[in-house]
Amino acid sequence: MEAWSRFLDAFFKPELIERYFPAIMKGVVVTIEVAAAVVATGIALGLLLAVARSFRVLPASALIVVFADVFRALPPLVLVLLVYFGLPNVGINLPSFAVLWLVLSLVLAAFAEEIFWAGILSVPKGQWEAARSTGLNFVATLTYVVLPQALRLTVPPITNRTVAITKNTALGTVIGVGEILNQATTAQSFAGNATPLMMGAVAYVILFIPVVALGRFLETRFQWRRA
Amino acid sequence: MTAGQPPILEIRGLRKSFNHVEVLRGIDLAVFPQQLVFIIGPSGSGKSTLLRCCNRLEEPTAGTIRVDGVDVMARSTDINVVRRRIGMVFQSFNLYPHMTALGNVMLALRKVLRRPRAEAQKLALAALDRVGLSAKARSFPAELSGGQQQRVAIARALALEPKVMLFDEPTSALDPELVGSVLNVMRGLKRGGMTMLVVSHEMRFARDAADRVIFMDHGVIVEEGPPEQMFSRPRETRTRAFIAELAR
Repeated sequence: MEAWSRFLDAFFKPELIERYFPAIMKGVVVTIEVAAAVVATGIALGLLLAVARSFRVLPASALIVVFADVFRALPPLVLVLLVYFGLPNVGINLPSFAVLWLVLSLVLAAFAEEIFWAGILSVPKGQWEAARSTGLNFVATLTYVVLPQALRLTVPPITNRTVAITKNTALGTVIGVGEILNQATTAQSFAGNATPLMMGAVAYVILFIPVVALGRFLETRFQWRRA
Repeated sequence: MTAGQPPILEIRGLRKSFNHVEVLRGIDLAVFPQQLVFIIGPSGSGKSTLLRCCNRLEEPTAGTIRVDGVDVMARSTDINVVRRRIGMVFQSFNLYPHMTALGNVMLALRKVLRRPRAEAQKLALAALDRVGLSAKARSFPAELSGGQQQRVAIARALALEPKVMLFDEPTSALDPELVGSVLNVMRGLKRGGMTMLVVSHEMRFARDAADRVIFMDHGVIVEEGPPEQMFSRPRETRTRAFIAELAR
């Protein structure tokens, strides 16, 4: 039983839980703030880019593809460091919170654009033709006929990707954003014990399980084929 | 029955190429008010392309198309306005799966003709009634049979009160027992005075409902005439061979 109590002591020490609970909670708030901001701007920008791409204007489409490929290819950590330590050299000083928000938004937008674009492409040509044949213009067809169908198809992949990207808020720790992991590592270095890290892990699970569950709910909710 | 009146649909010298393959090689065709013109011909003869050029779902390579006097091809023509006057029914129905039957019919009334919701709904229900489906107004496409879906698609086109309706193989995707219901709706439209251009393989329907039958092959009109002549005494060898093939 000695091993068991050593384990508890290393990861679940009661007095440390009590001492660092406020700090971790502060981190939770920051994580939620960054995540919410990233989800809002990232998905909105991704949708905007996918819609822009559907106009099939070659130079614009090419730029969007390059953007999407570059931001999907680069590890987010590289971008975070590049922007945080690079921009001040050209006279732009962004707070670390803004850097994290900006980078993760762009990364999410890149993935979201590809997902929404795939959704738009998956709507059969006949849907476009039927709508256009009744006199609906391109934008109205996209708005009322194509996007509603495309978006339903994209709920599961968008949810998965959103969870994956928002978890990257933990990268904020390297540039001093006071989110969960940052609070946890700070506490860990003071306490010399892994309990704060475990608290951080638990916080992530509590935070993200509902998001995953929401994705599953939306998935069933948005099905319209009842066959 | 229509002599003297100007045609609703007038096609002159229509040509269409896909890459370097010429699918339509000079089509001249006039459809007069209240006529039902039937187009037959082997697959690949350009029937569907001809229909799809009429509302510019395909861009013609050359020629002119006039619908109710309006030059469809003219730069000054707003194609979206012309399309309100040309109803189109597709082989694969193409109903919007995320909308009810009523929603499908209402969409263009609301967003193209800008009718207020209540009025659009009234018009849509009237259109559904004309195809015998007012009871299914709240059903989604997936809950309807193929024949019912195609009738909703007809109502969707009909609701805009088009001057002419184009039917692109409207029964080809249907189970045999469902074909009749769609053809009956088309007969009803004919009785109501609708002008129709129909691509189909339903020869019996052509015999009893068409005013004129057109036989196309390799992108040209080979022969045209009243159904009795076309089915019983075709002049051209190619027509004869095609009709004989169908009769087998």
